[in-house]
Parts: sequence; C-alpha cells; structure tokens
Amino acid sequence: MTTFDRRKFLEGTATVAAGTALGAGAIWAPAVHAQNVTFKPEKDAKLRVLRWSRFVQGDIDAYMVNVKKFTEKTGIEVRVDNEGWEDVRPKAAVAANTGAGPDIILSTNDDADLYPDKLVDVTDLCDYLGKKYGGWYPSCEAYLRPDGNKWIGVPLGTAGGMQVYRESMLKAAGIATFPKDTDGFLAMYKALHGKGTPGGMALGNATGDSGWTYWLIWAFGGALVDKNNKVTLDTPEVLKALEYAKELYQYFAPGTLSWLDPNNNKAFLDGQISVTNNGISIYVAAKNSQDGKIKEMASDIQHAAFPIGPVGKPTEYHLFFNQLIMKYTKYPQAAKEFLRFMMEAEQFDDWLKGCQGYVSHPLSHFEKNPIWTVDPKNTPYRDCTKNLRPAGWAGKLGYASAGALGDFIVPNMVAEAASGSKSPKEAAERAQKRAERYYKV
Amino acid sequence: MLQKLQDNRNALGLLFMLPAAVLLVLFLTYPLGLGTWLGFTDAKIGRTGEWIGLDNYQFLWNDSVTRLALFNTIFYTVVASILKFVLGLYLAILLNRNIRVKTFFRAVILLPYIVPTALSAIAFWWIYDAQFSIISWVLTKMGLIHNYIDFLGVPWNARLSTIAANVWRGVPFVAITLLAGLQTISPSYYEASAIDGATPWQQFRHVTLPLLTPIIAVVMTFSVLFTFTDFQLIYVITRGGPLNATHLMATLSFQRAIPGGALGEGAAISIAMVPFLLAAILFSYFGLQRRKWQQGGAD
Repeated sequence: MTTFDRRKFLEGTATVAAGTALGAGAIWAPAVHAQNVTFKPEKDAKLRVLRWSRFVQGDIDAYMVNVKKFTEKTGIEVRVDNEGWEDVRPKAAVAANTGAGPDIILSTNDDADLYPDKLVDVTDLCDYLGKKYGGWYPSCEAYLRPDGNKWIGVPLGTAGGMQVYRESMLKAAGIATFPKDTDGFLAMYKALHGKGTPGGMALGNATGDSGWTYWLIWAFGGALVDKNNKVTLDTPEVLKALEYAKELYQYFAPGTLSWLDPNNNKAFLDGQISVTNNGISIYVAAKNSQDGKIKEMASDIQHAAFPIGPVGKPTEYHLFFNQLIMKYTKYPQAAKEFLRFMMEAEQFDDWLKGCQGYVSHPLSHFEKNPIWTVDPKNTPYRDCTKNLRPAGWAGKLGYASAGALGDFIVPNMVAEAASGSKSPKEAAERAQKRAERYYKV
Repeated sequence: MLQKLQDNRNALGLLFMLPAAVLLVLFLTYPLGLGTWLGFTDAKIGRTGEWIGLDNYQFLWNDSVTRLALFNTIFYTVVASILKFVLGLYLAILLNRNIRVKTFFRAVILLPYIVPTALSAIAFWWIYDAQFSIISWVLTKMGLIHNYIDFLGVPWNARLSTIAANVWRGVPFVAITLLAGLQTISPSYYEASAIDGATPWQQFRHVTLPLLTPIIAVVMTFSVLFTFTDFQLIYVITRGGPLNATHLMATLSFQRAIPGGALGEGAAISIAMVPFLLAAILFSYFGLQRRKWQQGGAD
C-alpha cells in the first residue's frame, strides 16, 4: 500500500485549487485550505465495488452514471455488485477475514470498527474532502475515525429513519401538528388507536427499523454504555423508557412484535397504519407508484422528527453508510481515486438528487443541495447525519458496539418490556447481562 | 512401479479412496475441526481469537437466549419430525395404491420440495403476515374471525406457524422416500397374509411397518438432521423473533457469529448442536434398525 502523508499530499499528485474550509460548530474541518487532489491509479487497475441494493431507483441510476463517468475519464473498469444491505455485512466480514473479495465495500454502521486493521487508511482522502466541503459531521468521525486520527473509511451518508405519518388520519384523531415531545407522542398514539387508525413500529429483529428503540432509551436519558464503555442498561433512565414503551405498545397495530423491516412499509402503503418510523422510501414509493390510489396517498404523507424525551434534546438513530477500501486490494490508489471522484460535488450532488432524500449527506456543504428544498417533505431528512448518534453511543465503537447492535440486544429488551413478556426490570437486567458479554472485549 | 501398483489391491484401494478422502477432509473434517477450535476461542470477525477454554460454553449455559433457542430447536425438531413422518407415511401409503393419475399426484407431491426454500419461506411470510395473511382474510370473509390472527407476533403462534411451514416443505421428502420403500415390499407377503385372514391393520402392523423400518430409520435420520439444523425458513420468516421465540440454534449461531461478530461464541453454539445430532443418529441406528424387531421378533 502506498503511504500518503501531508508532505506527499502537497508535493505529489495534488493540484492546488481554491477552496475554503467552513469549519463551524461541532463539524470537523481542518484549518488548512482545501485543495483539489487526485490519486494516481495503478497501471491496469480494475475495481470491484460491493454496495447495498438501492432503496429508491434513482439512487442506483445516478450512481451508475457517475461510475460510467469515472470509467470514461480514467479508463478504469468498475464492476458494481449489489446486495441487500443486511447481506453486505457478513460478506464484508468474510472478505475482511479471508483477504479476498471486492476492492471497495459500501457497508453500514460500525462495520469498519469490526476490522479496522483490514482497511486502507484513507486519512488523506477524508482530510481533503473535509477541507473542501465544509467538514464532516461528528457522527462520521465517531464511526470512521475511531482513534481520533486515522480515517478507516470514507463516510457516504445516512438513511434517515424519521416519523412518517398520514396527515388526514392525525387530523381525524384531533392531532393538528405532529407532537414534539414524548408525552404528546403517547397521546397521539392513543388517539389514533381510538380512531381505529393505529400506528406501529417494528419490534421484531428488524435490522433498520428497530432502531427506534435506541431513540427511546436515549430520549429518557439512558444509553447502552457510558463514555467508558460500561454497560448502563439496568439503570433508572432505561427503566423509565421501558415503562413508556409498555404504555405506547398497547396502542400499536397488531403484529409489531414480528415486524421485520418491510412490514411497516407494506402496512402503511396499504392504509392500515397511520404513523411509523421509516426512511423516505415510503413517500417515494407512493409518489412514484403506478397505482392511482397509492399515488394519491403521497400528498397525505408527511414527515417529522422523532419527539424529544425528558432528556430535552433530539436523540436520533439512523442507518449510517460507509465506503471501505479493503487492505487486500491490489489497487488502493485507484480505489481512493474512485471514491474521491464519487464524492466530488459534480458527482455527489447528482447522486443525492437521485436518492430523492433517501440519503442524507455526510459533509455540510451538501446541505445546499436542492433536493432538500425542492419538496418540503424531504427537508426533515436533511440533517439525519448531522443529528445521528451511533447505536454504541456514548462509548467507543468497535467489536462490542457492533456485536450488541447485531445481536438486537436493545430492540429485544424493549420488545420484552413493551409486550409484557418480561417486566421492565427483568428485561433490562437480561439485556445488561447480554451486553456485558460483548463489552468484555 | 506403475505395474506393481496396479497389481496391489491395497494400494489401488487407497488410491481410489483418495479423492473421496480429500473431499471429506477438506469440506467436512477441516471446517468441523476449525469450528470446534473457534468455539474455544474469543475469535471475532477479522480478528484471530485467543484460547479461552470453556468460557463460551459456560456463558452459553447461563445465557437465557441460548437456552430458549435450545428448547425451540428441540421442540421444533420433535414436533415437525413426528408430523412429517405421520403425514409422509400416510401420503406414501396413499400413493402406493392403484389410484388414477398416480404419476401426476406423485409429481405434485414433490412440488414443495422443488421450490427453493427461500422462496417458500417468503410465501409463508406473506401467508402469516399480521396485516395481509390470506388465512386471516379468508376466515374473516367467512365470518369465522373478526380480527386477523397474529401468526408471528405471539411466541407460541410463531413457533407453531414455523413448524407448519417446515412440515409443508419436508413432507415430500419423507413421502417419496417411504413410497420407494413401500414398492420394494413384495406383494406376495400381502397375498399370504390375506389368505391367513389378516386385517388391513394387521397387514400394516406386521408386514408393512417391519419391512419399511430400515427406510424409516434412514429417512427420519435425515429428516431430524435437516430439521434440527434448519436456518432458511426461520431466518426469512421471523429472524428468530418475536422475543427470540423462534430462534433455533442455527439462527442464533449465525446472529451471534456474523452480524454480532462473535465468531467464537457462534461456533460454540454450532458445536453444541453436535451431541444432539449424534444422539438422533444413534437413536435411529440402534433404535429403529433392530433386526429382531424387523423380523417380527420381540424387542
């Protein structure tokens, strides 16, 4: 692998151009001026990219247009394989473990923290992109810059999970605006249930949509772990959250205990539920539907942020996307050049538009992308990466946080308490024990 | 040298066995050995583990989710295997008779087995859906129920629903294999017993069953093994939920090892299945293949 330090960065392949660093607030942005940079691909380089299958068609269409542009510009052939996003994790893990597979993997959440030493150091590329595009949001660093120095992957963005609701059904239940706090949220669920138009959120082993359970424990001041990675599930804050879940659950639509990721989409689009948590894909599917009835529903669909709990600030969990260059690749420079090209505004802006709001950008510059304002219903999804907390918050990410997330410890705990199969205390104790096993690492 | 080798029966025997031995070592012994080793380590994905002795097994023994998965697996295997055997035998006997368009029915019976498991699992996922279940829809239309049945949202409903899916898929294998066994029984036994005045039940009890037992032993051994290690149906339909009520050892092993990254613990769960599988095989061979019993003798 070619090492690439600051000296080489300045002396080597970089071509200087004007740029500004918008380092503001919590956003990470080095003080050095941005420069255009290219990486010199290896001779006869070919790339294989494994990425998650599109949730909205525009994503893959725009992505492939950019891939084609890259090939035309560099002559590097790029093969893109698509897999269901939940299947990418095991494949990426096997690739990392065996040292064979795709050169670049677009994966999710803290995958990179499972095998940081199997990934190419992309600090040079991330430094460059951060400087040029206003800085990375803090969640990007939490996931991909675990030691605070070295970047082990390039952030791609976040599939936000927000509240998706039917305006007419809320109005019919006497709810004029979507509640901003957890008390109002509970009252809304009660009213909707009373009207025969209940809401519901997944309580099964749904990899994406069960993420609302993290919002829940954070909203009440709880967390999986503290800053020192000490498991803190059996705490009064988490117990309060579980008591709340129990109350909320009685107003859920039937069957949520078994819901996997697609269930709420299907139920929502069929008009069987009035509110759920989801990406923008439900709205996009309705908007683009060939079925007149579903298309009509799009105008009635609205989005809102998760309500704020007693903790007094937003506590959002979303699905984070990363771009990893595997250390075994024969073409690390070509891979970096590919990711650089794809992340440049000329390409990334078009891709964001193609995603139709499904993916929230990782760099603050892209807040200005018109996709966030062209349709006001897209706007709530704009700041998902900005407000995101990793599931392993407030601790360090790594094997333990990824394992605890993958083993559904928090969703199972909430499901057990909500359904009454265990008391909140029993559920919390059990989850505490399970999580401690992972955090023993 | 070559001539010498050709003349040596032992050497030739070894040579001919070599490809099979290589395949077995490469694809069976090595993975099993590696799995056993991993079970004694704290290996994570992308990180070599260190020897931790029985730590994984000690944790799993006290882990309520693993205990539940073990119970689920045994319950799933026992109930599904009994149902598959009873239904399979019934179908085999039915298809062994001279009924019209026998070949057509024999082909139809194989359909569930031909459909890829993942596809049939998706079909069952829809059939059991809390909002869209066709069963609930039909029962509602018939006025028999007023609310949709929560097939997968209630732990016991989910266990029984997944067993039903497994039985649907597994019956053809049992039925067709037993049918093959039935066809090897000479009609002269039935003629002789009929002349002696045996009733159909007596014929079944004293002719069919004893002569079919070796096939039953083999087919049920395979059926138990397949059921005990089932993964796809559960993974697609429930992913182990609700509340881990349908987690089998295989699905839990996968969840812990791959999405959870705990390769050592996942391997330990898999290896913990081996004694149960061995017990099933031993029961089949020493229990069902008793020669005396097959020949009408006492146990």
